[in-house]
Amino acid sequence: MAVQEYIRERFFPQMWCEGCGHGTILNSLLRAIEDLGIAKSDIVMTSGIGCSARISGYVDFHSLHTMHGRALACATGVKMAKPALNVIVPMGDGDALAIGGNHFIHACRRNIDITAIVMNNRIYGMTGGQYSPLSGVGTMATTAPYSSIDNAFDVAELAKAAGATFVARTTTYHVAEAVTYLKKAIQHKGFSVVEIMTQCPTYYGRKNKKGDAVEMLKWFKESTAKLGSKELENNPSLIARGIFADEDKPEYCSEYNKIIERASRR
Amino acid sequence: MAKKKLKEIAINQNWCKGCGICVAFCPKNVLELDEGGHSTVVRPEDCILCRLCEMRCPDLAIRVIEEEEDAQ
Repeated sequence: MAVQEYIRERFFPQMWCEGCGHGTILNSLLRAIEDLGIAKSDIVMTSGIGCSARISGYVDFHSLHTMHGRALACATGVKMAKPALNVIVPMGDGDALAIGGNHFIHACRRNIDITAIVMNNRIYGMTGGQYSPLSGVGTMATTAPYSSIDNAFDVAELAKAAGATFVARTTTYHVAEAVTYLKKAIQHKGFSVVEIMTQCPTYYGRKNKKGDAVEMLKWFKESTAKLGSKELENNPSLIARGIFADEDKPEYCSEYNKIIERASRR
Repeated sequence: MAKKKLKEIAINQNWCKGCGICVAFCPKNVLELDEGGHSTVVRPEDCILCRLCEMRCPDLAIRVIEEEEDAQ
């Protein structure tokens, strides 16, 4: 089966800008699902608001397009009601960590079996290029014309500290790696977070003089290195890619089932 | 097992936005942008079936089709 068979073709060509990395993430996600052989009717994609959130409209699965930052809250409801379904939540950096920051840390803390994908382009694309909690110091944005002075979150460290049991990071340049991590994340029993660094040539690229999509992908290649590699050891300023956490801990729905059993015995 | 052979690199010109990612990162320079700014196959004989173009395409516009796949 080709990945094209997992999409709603009537909505193509997709609405993202020329060279936007969000399409590549959709591509990687469909390949991961195809490799795992999961039936379309066993997947629920829940998204919030933003360029990233549009991804759920393009997939031929069950899909929910919900409120800004609240995709994880809605996904939690879906998962609690139908624990057998695979729940995947694609979010933008602003959607996940600013508007939905509280939902994000608490979903991590509960270790509910949901796969969260943080599509990190370090800017709010849909609303015109405002800086986000992942933009970082020195980033130019429409709301930071003299550059941002805000420190960025490290999504991987944040998710790990909050209790997520599978955490990985990759980029839209490293597509084979993205497919592998997404497969592991979907198979993982517990809350998994995959941060995929993605290019926004329209706003982030233009404001920060990073060039077009091709130039930005080259930048991902040059500015990142695999966890545990010599390259990263010798140059700590590089951004680490890899699996930051992969552990077994009690999962929320399973624990809830135990409560139901205990309560029914009384 | 027979060696995999390329049958066709099918590019959906209506979906391609001409970002040039496939052209820039093809290890064998199989693809180019045509006059209309869409990706097009110019050296299919050099294709090594790595599928990086297909996997990186944000528009899901590329399909690398193998001979064997067709025979199934």
